[in-house]
Amino acid sequence: MAHSEEDILAGLAEIVNEETGLETDAVQADKSFTDDLDIDSLSMMTIVTLAEEKFDVRIPDEEVKNLATVGDAVKYIVQAQS
Amino acid sequence: MTKPTLAQPVPVPASRILAVGGMRGGTLVPNDDIIGPINSSDEWITQRTGIRTRARAGREVSVKDLAVGAAEDALAKAELTGADLGAVLVSTVTHFEQTPSLAALVADTIGATPAPAYDISAACAGYCYGIAQADALVRAGTAEHVLVIGVEKMSDFIDPSDRTISFLLGDGAGAAVVSHSETPGIAPTVWGSDGGKADAIYQTRSWLDYRRQEMGEPEPPTPELAEEVSAMTTPTLRQQGPTVFKWVISSMPDIARRAVAAAGLQMSDIDVFLPHQANMRITDQLLKLLKFREDVVVGRDIADTGNTSAASIPLATERLLREGQAKSGDIALQIGFGAGLVYAAQVVVLP
Repeated sequence: MAHSEEDILAGLAEIVNEETGLETDAVQADKSFTDDLDIDSLSMMTIVTLAEEKFDVRIPDEEVKNLATVGDAVKYIVQAQS
Repeated sequence: MTKPTLAQPVPVPASRILAVGGMRGGTLVPNDDIIGPINSSDEWITQRTGIRTRARAGREVSVKDLAVGAAEDALAKAELTGADLGAVLVSTVTHFEQTPSLAALVADTIGATPAPAYDISAACAGYCYGIAQADALVRAGTAEHVLVIGVEKMSDFIDPSDRTISFLLGDGAGAAVVSHSETPGIAPTVWGSDGGKADAIYQTRSWLDYRRQEMGEPEPPTPELAEEVSAMTTPTLRQQGPTVFKWVISSMPDIARRAVAAAGLQMSDIDVFLPHQANMRITDQLLKLLKFREDVVVGRDIADTGNTSAASIPLATERLLREGQAKSGDIALQIGFGAGLVYAAQVVVLP
């Protein structure tokens, strides 16, 4: 079953919280993973791996660098679901 | 007229690791000593890798010297000599001669001649590949005692200006004696390869390409490699770090669980976790994903020794046993993964 944008944002927030300890409220669509959330390349790969599992999608490694903000990731996952 | 029946060796029921030995490069090189050419910092390296120092051997110490040092340590602990060995297996990617094998040279130096001896090329999974082969040789009845060595002198292969992998790497050797046993001490190996991902950890150019250049017949390098090849003409190592990280954390937990299941055990039966010492962040993430007991002992030799590729698992084992954090009879899960890509995992009883 496809997840809604809201579900995906909430799910990503949980994953980021699990990986970094950041409050889930801090994980908003306009936030940059690197500049705002201070997530490095290895943490980003952990988040991507956990998101793939949670939303049953495939996010190729070469796409990860295009996911600058949380919103970019939500959009990618929405499209990858369909 | 019926054909005669061949004799085959009589299998023995069980094998085990009788002893583990090691030898590290003699100098612990701190982050501050290598950050210049890569424009990095102690803090960046520590935070990204958990590495504070890496063991490096001087010019006068060869990859063979390291292998012999570890072999002699393991043989002494096993109370055996080279003459007792039925085979010598050496896993390495830093023996810079196509032939003869490092294994044959080491076997002769430790007094194992005429034992069969051969090298294995399985990068950071090489030690676990070696244990799988030694277990098979012993249980098939082909050899009573097999010496497995994982050895690398990565400092002969790295590029000090490389920001992808070189700063992680150290020099060392670990060795194990695998022997007949009354009770099972090496569970089935879960192993495999994926050459489709050969570019995740790679050599910048082939030795053949290098040779042709030296002979005045250069091959044009691929466009993507042109820049780094012109900067560093000798072949060296690179990796796509985030890609490797993701491959390990998404694929290796399942391999680890299958190795535990193949041993007929539960994750809660594992006393000691011995992952390849690739990066402390990988070890921490694997620990999170695999549900071990809370008191599981974890190999963290990387913090001081660095990533020694094929040597990292036996060196981590040797250290935990020497420092008393792990003890003889403990049940350990060991898992190697690296360039190929290749991987291997098995549950073993510690010697």
